[in-house]
Amino acid sequence: MRKERFSIVGQSLPKIDAWAKVVGETRYADDLVLPRMAHGKLLRSPHAHALIKRIDTSRARALPGVYAVITGRDLPRVKFGILPVSQDEEALCVDKVRMVGDAVAAVAAVDEETAERATELIEVEYVLLRALMSIEESLGHPEARIHEYGDGPNVHKAVSLQFGDVEAAFGEADLVREDVFYFEGNTHLPMEQHAAVAQWGADGKLTLWSSTQTPHYVHRLLAKILDLPQPHIRVIAAPVGGGFGGKLDPFAHEIVACKLSQLTGRPVKITLTREEVFYVHRGRHPVLMWIKTGFKKDGAITGMHFRSWLDGGAYGSYGVASTFYTGALQTVTYKIPVYKFEGARVFTNKPPCGPKRGHGTPQPRFAVECQLDKAAEQLGLDPADMRRRILAEPFTKTANHLTVTTTGLGECIDRVVEASGWRQKFGRLPRGRGIGIACSSYLTGAGSAIYWNDMPHSGVVVRADRSGLVAVLSGATDIGQGSDSILAYLVAEVLGIEPKDIRVHPADTDLTPVDLGSYSSRVTLMAGNAAIQAAERLRDRIFTAVAKKLEVETGTLVARDRRVFVEDDAERGVSFPEAVALGESMFGVLAFPGSYAPPKRAGKYKGGGVGPSPCYSYTACVVEVDVDTETGEVKPTEVWVAHDVGRALNPLLVEGQVEGSIYMGLGEALMEEQVFRKGVHKIPSLLEYKSPTTLETPEIHTILVETDDPEGPFGAKEAGQGPLLPVIPAVANAVHSAIGVRIDEIPISPDKVVRALELKRQGKAPRVGPDKLPLFTFPAPKVIESAFGEPAAGIAERPFAS
Amino acid sequence: MKVLLALKVNGEEREVVVPVHKTLLEVLREDLYLTGTKHGCELGECGTCTVLVDGEPVLSCLALPIECQGREIKTVEGMAAGSELHPLQQAFAELGAAQCGYCTPGILLTAEALLAGNQAPTRDEVRQALAGNLCRCTGYTKILDAVELAALRMKAPAGAGAARVPAS
Repeated sequence: MRKERFSIVGQSLPKIDAWAKVVGETRYADDLVLPRMAHGKLLRSPHAHALIKRIDTSRARALPGVYAVITGRDLPRVKFGILPVSQDEEALCVDKVRMVGDAVAAVAAVDEETAERATELIEVEYVLLRALMSIEESLGHPEARIHEYGDGPNVHKAVSLQFGDVEAAFGEADLVREDVFYFEGNTHLPMEQHAAVAQWGADGKLTLWSSTQTPHYVHRLLAKILDLPQPHIRVIAAPVGGGFGGKLDPFAHEIVACKLSQLTGRPVKITLTREEVFYVHRGRHPVLMWIKTGFKKDGAITGMHFRSWLDGGAYGSYGVASTFYTGALQTVTYKIPVYKFEGARVFTNKPPCGPKRGHGTPQPRFAVECQLDKAAEQLGLDPADMRRRILAEPFTKTANHLTVTTTGLGECIDRVVEASGWRQKFGRLPRGRGIGIACSSYLTGAGSAIYWNDMPHSGVVVRADRSGLVAVLSGATDIGQGSDSILAYLVAEVLGIEPKDIRVHPADTDLTPVDLGSYSSRVTLMAGNAAIQAAERLRDRIFTAVAKKLEVETGTLVARDRRVFVEDDAERGVSFPEAVALGESMFGVLAFPGSYAPPKRAGKYKGGGVGPSPCYSYTACVVEVDVDTETGEVKPTEVWVAHDVGRALNPLLVEGQVEGSIYMGLGEALMEEQVFRKGVHKIPSLLEYKSPTTLETPEIHTILVETDDPEGPFGAKEAGQGPLLPVIPAVANAVHSAIGVRIDEIPISPDKVVRALELKRQGKAPRVGPDKLPLFTFPAPKVIESAFGEPAAGIAERPFAS
Repeated sequence: MKVLLALKVNGEEREVVVPVHKTLLEVLREDLYLTGTKHGCELGECGTCTVLVDGEPVLSCLALPIECQGREIKTVEGMAAGSELHPLQQAFAELGAAQCGYCTPGILLTAEALLAGNQAPTRDEVRQALAGNLCRCTGYTKILDAVELAALRMKAPAGAGAARVPAS
């Protein structure tokens, strides 16, 4: 495809909602106010692990201004969870709390202050249990079980997959390295605190407005949790003030707002405090990793064996998927002929971890890229050149049966090496200054839905009428990434109109077709392909009607510049509204659906529920740092990222996603951590939980690489998550290049740098990182033949393609 | 205890009867329905709720409205002159400086105060001025670009500093 073919695609246009956002007009969930609205508050457990013996709500009920007080006994006794295999949550705990912050009771009152005072009047008697605050404690105390289900006492999930003979591969290697790494947990920290407004109507039907990334899953689960027919529930996604994966689960406050609304006959709003946001969490898993890799002298990888232990926190959430993700994508970046993965997720009495930008893959990416750096040093190779030589081949399969389509990683490496001055800098900067490189790949949409089904992952309806109006109805949620704008650009491109001529409506389960949600970098590709299909169906009808009117063949027509006309004779044509009117006259109402589900690949093994994707984005990153050898402070001074986005549908938005990813990666690399003391979050505030400000965020150089992927809408791949991945190991590798120490543990905080420098001064191994692994026996592996290097298999089926 | 407050917000005289301990943030959002002002922590840590009081950035979550009587309060709703956007608003929209948009009002007002006192700030001066406003989406890059573009346009409004993207 040549760029000139496009009218809208490829242009740096403002987002369609930018104007509302800069004047304060955008109404987020907490901005909604309804007549007679009550305010709700949750009472949360102060204990990390305890039995609930008694809850007395009488004093709270007696407080003037209180409309209702509920406990878990007022809700249907069903447990729920986002994944069908982990139904382990309660909106209000009945018998047991498993973390500080578990909700046990709730109040609706005339205002927030009264509701809060009422929660303080609720008496709860607890019997304390041993709190298990680490993987070691949880595995060491099987008698103190957090849940009764899982793959062993306090083991939520244990997996083992083997693709080929890794031991034989290590035998063929010139160098075999074993390394251990640790990645501390951290959280999403969206600026908007979660909020929900529920209105249970007198007709028995429920409407929920919520700051959620997945209105569809909330819709499904509310029916189960509230024991209400799903058609009687309507979920409307409010504009989301930052998600990053933190608004992907159904939350207690959403469920409780619904119940309180039913009981009070009033709309009820609940907005979380910032401290509550830290406790509902679902963020980055702390992961301990062991990695063994065989290398040839030129850096080629003979095989890899990867083990991960995830500290899951108190509930399942997306944890089974997270566990698989720590082992899924290692093979997509470089040639790894044989591969073995073992992973285990352990329950602890901490807020549950889940999906945060990069979901389960930044941790192993850190481990893999730091080990590669160590191997390159040992083999006397330039780490950029070594990576350049071992890249996964386009249109081939990986050892674990994932299908790589396009990859622009080679060009990405070349571009960041060139732009950063790598050749002049690596190994040549003065002590204290360093430069590091790392690469990555990421999925563009998960191949499987969260619950098994054969229906579309994304549905879009495009509607037009005689006024010239074009409305796009999609269940996807714009969480700031600009996905509504992308849908407008794609539909505008197909119909030859301007984005401003199109209205994209917010996800509303009554009005918009189902879309699985804003996660796994899926919306541009999946909702985008569905939008193109719907718009093309509309355009076909319009062209048929216009062709008849003009007495030409439909194939001679084009839609461009708000007109439909004969391509070779631009004078012969009609305006877009006239064209729609002709179509409406001929066909009646013009409303067309588009549906998308990922291609079903041919081949015996499908690559598991986690890992397969229509296509993968690729990123290379170079970071330059200044390290203060006195204080241990690491200051990134410049960052270069080249990202293979397939096609930049709007370069401005892609740059924004890349810049935001780099920023978030730097925060994780250097300062952010979700850590606990005696069951309590150490730093649940925006002041103490350190995140980069304008002063800590360096100049960022973004380079976009286009590969025109056959799976993407007009060739596009993802940009929202992948660019975060290489930033973290690139920082670690830059620190090593600056001061010759290895910090094998994230975040690379000043204390660790100082400790490593001290070890170096003492002549000891200059490394700070984990050196112990848990005593844990993984299950026997599922053994599958490696598919490495096989040509990308044909497509068995493209659901809904025609 | 409730008090009658006379506040001047975005050039309009407004009277409200509110509990005396209610914060300026709460009064703006809940009593005056100026929901353009957002909150991220209500502890004075994130800058999200920033408004201008007599031209100075103030964290409205820590300010008591009783102290703001007789002073000029400006929120994001007061930045545009009728339908004409403030150059900062225009630049933020054009350059993609607002992603989720939640921190945007506070940053716009902080930047407006900066440009009122410094017509041509350096990038470092912009960084310093905005250091108290957290943004989790943008990596700040496009925010800094947008403030610089707006400064350029405000200094020499006649066609200078054309954006690299057209306004739609």
